[in-house]
Amino acid sequence: MDFALTADQKLMQESLARTLADASPLDRVRAFAGDLADKGADVWQALADFGLAGVAIPEAHGGLGLTLLDAALASEALGAAAAPVPFLGVVLAPLALMRGGSAAQQAQWLPKLAAGEVLAAAAISEAVAGARDGAGVTAAGGKLNGKALFVPGGLVAGLLVVADQAGGLHLVRGDAPGLTRTLMPGIDETRRLAELTFDATPAEPLGGGPELLAGLRDAAWVLLAADTLGAAQAMLDKAVAYAKERRQFGRVIGSFQAVKHLCAEMAAELEPCRSLVWYAAYAFDAAPAEATLMAAHAKALTSEVGRFVARTSTEVHGGMGITDLLGLHFWFKRIGLNRQLLGGPERVREIAARIQGLAAA
Amino acid sequence: MDLNETPAMAAFRAEVRGFLAEHRDAYAAGAANDLLAWQRLLIAQGYAARTIPRAYGGYGAEPDILKSRIIAEEFIAAGAPRGIANQGVSMLVPTLLEVGSEEQKTRWIGPTLRGEIVWCQGYSEPGAGSDLANVQTKAVEDGDDFLISGSKIWTSTAHLAQMMFCLVRTEPDAAKHEGISYVLIPMAAPGIEVRPLKTMTGASEFNEVFFTDVRVPKDQVVGGRGRGWFVANTTLKHERGMLGDPNATEARLNALIELMKSEKVEGQRVIDNPIFRDRLMQLQGRVLAMKFNGLRLLTSQLSQEPAGIAGLIVKLQGCELNHQLAALAIDALGELGILYHDGPHLRARGSWQRSYMFDLGLIIGGGTAQIQKNIISERGLGLPREPKPAAA
Repeated sequence: MDFALTADQKLMQESLARTLADASPLDRVRAFAGDLADKGADVWQALADFGLAGVAIPEAHGGLGLTLLDAALASEALGAAAAPVPFLGVVLAPLALMRGGSAAQQAQWLPKLAAGEVLAAAAISEAVAGARDGAGVTAAGGKLNGKALFVPGGLVAGLLVVADQAGGLHLVRGDAPGLTRTLMPGIDETRRLAELTFDATPAEPLGGGPELLAGLRDAAWVLLAADTLGAAQAMLDKAVAYAKERRQFGRVIGSFQAVKHLCAEMAAELEPCRSLVWYAAYAFDAAPAEATLMAAHAKALTSEVGRFVARTSTEVHGGMGITDLLGLHFWFKRIGLNRQLLGGPERVREIAARIQGLAAA
Repeated sequence: MDLNETPAMAAFRAEVRGFLAEHRDAYAAGAANDLLAWQRLLIAQGYAARTIPRAYGGYGAEPDILKSRIIAEEFIAAGAPRGIANQGVSMLVPTLLEVGSEEQKTRWIGPTLRGEIVWCQGYSEPGAGSDLANVQTKAVEDGDDFLISGSKIWTSTAHLAQMMFCLVRTEPDAAKHEGISYVLIPMAAPGIEVRPLKTMTGASEFNEVFFTDVRVPKDQVVGGRGRGWFVANTTLKHERGMLGDPNATEARLNALIELMKSEKVEGQRVIDNPIFRDRLMQLQGRVLAMKFNGLRLLTSQLSQEPAGIAGLIVKLQGCELNHQLAALAIDALGELGILYHDGPHLRARGSWQRSYMFDLGLIIGGGTAQIQKNIISERGLGLPREPKPAAA
């Protein structure tokens, strides 16, 4: 019985936090947010040098061969730094290749992904969160047609994993003919979303059936939950630091119970989320029967608690909290994206009920 | 992270299961009638008083958190009574083991473990609730004795108890936290009056206790004169852990799920109403998070590392969650949820209604939610204490 991170994992957390502090301080995040021509290549390169590109890729293919818990810890660190990096595809594409790809597909893509030469993105929103505005992709004869929305990293990805309306998954090259990608201007300026249009776009099908899509969904839920955990912890830490400095009525505001109790409530809500995220990530690899339920609850609960922490931390900062200058809003908006992407809490909890036989399928 | 059980632990689990299977008849029918016999059996087997030294009437095993947890899990799974877990066993005994004299340990621990002596806790007073260190019940020296006068409140089991462990002010001139002593008082002593305190549940779960010149020998002080505040604080930790027990919360969630599957409104199960279902799922997520928080705390204990905020939040979050589970159960019952006293339509003997009210008391007792937030923000987050008001 050991419900804790290993020494290696703690070391990874510390050194990744240092790497991000150097490569992606607030000024760098702000610059990315203000310039659409900025692709954040330097930040990605620093993370690729760290080894993050290969976190979910087996050593035989040049990666680190780590677990989803390790990937979740990385996601948490990226959330804490509000780093301008589309991380979901970095984990989901290798997972799709390992579980549903042929040996040739694995050999073709995994080493490039592990080296950080190719960035991957996953277009699974319609299949997981439900289609909006008539989006959806159909597959026939090795070609894709239709639209996929809300694809993080979709603008820059060299490899796309695309879900069709039947739940099948396909590999599409970033430079494939008939593929158009346009920015979907969003609230979170640290991760850009793409709308993908397929017009007889060549694609290679992946094997694996509905379980493959379910696995990608579960992993994505855990990673988004971990990102929110990191972002919310950063917002709590900033609120506490501010409450220890800011003085009104001749006292630091953190000595007023009205303020310190807000901080206590944030901590009390957030800390159990950490254990749930750890367990959900652990279950993905070690207890598959529980993986979907735990991933769903991790996604839903961190979304609820994340929203509470985001608004409460902003309030503790008073008027400064809503300024662009302070930059707290980057985390606020990041938490907002994580809540809705791939299903808001209500939808995710309904799936949690369904898999327990508590709701009709 | 590795939650797999070692072969040794799996074997221990099988042993506990075997014991429970063998004695199912004893506890299914008879344990409630003869709790003391059941308790003696559990101590002999090492399933109660496990780590208390044999010299004091315990089983004398080395502390092993995993084995303790396995025992707890298997007893819950089997629906078997855990034996006696009153305030004497859970609070007084650990206190005596830590700071009691040899004579006190020998005299009190064994009979307490065997259930022969029932204790009540005399901490709170009308003027000393959240500000517990403000206790005013006084103990005045009279030869080899103290004469105790004053009153206590929120004293559960005072009407059943033979003994009380009590905070009294022995040094009226000392500073607030340094004038208190922890004394053991026989409830049969002349000058003690116990009055039941009826609460909103309709039951008298608590009492008020009044003292008028109650004579107690000075050697009944535990941990030294004037040290009572520090002695009491060592055991308040145990109480707060007990109040937010995630195993009990998970059992309650499971009962709620069964309730929502069985109750119907015009033929539709409550669980099939999407609004109720979503409320249930929200609470399930929170129960799971607290369950895993509990596993994380267990690991911290095993590795003897400080648990930090994960430990400080258990009382606040656990009690709130229990209350919310009861609230959802009452809403799921709807108009049935407003029934209370015995009647043909009452469900679960009114236990959800009772919990909803009683658990509000647990949010307040054992350190109010607001005191818990002070503790979390001061000890967990390093925020400053409320400044003392300037003297008027």
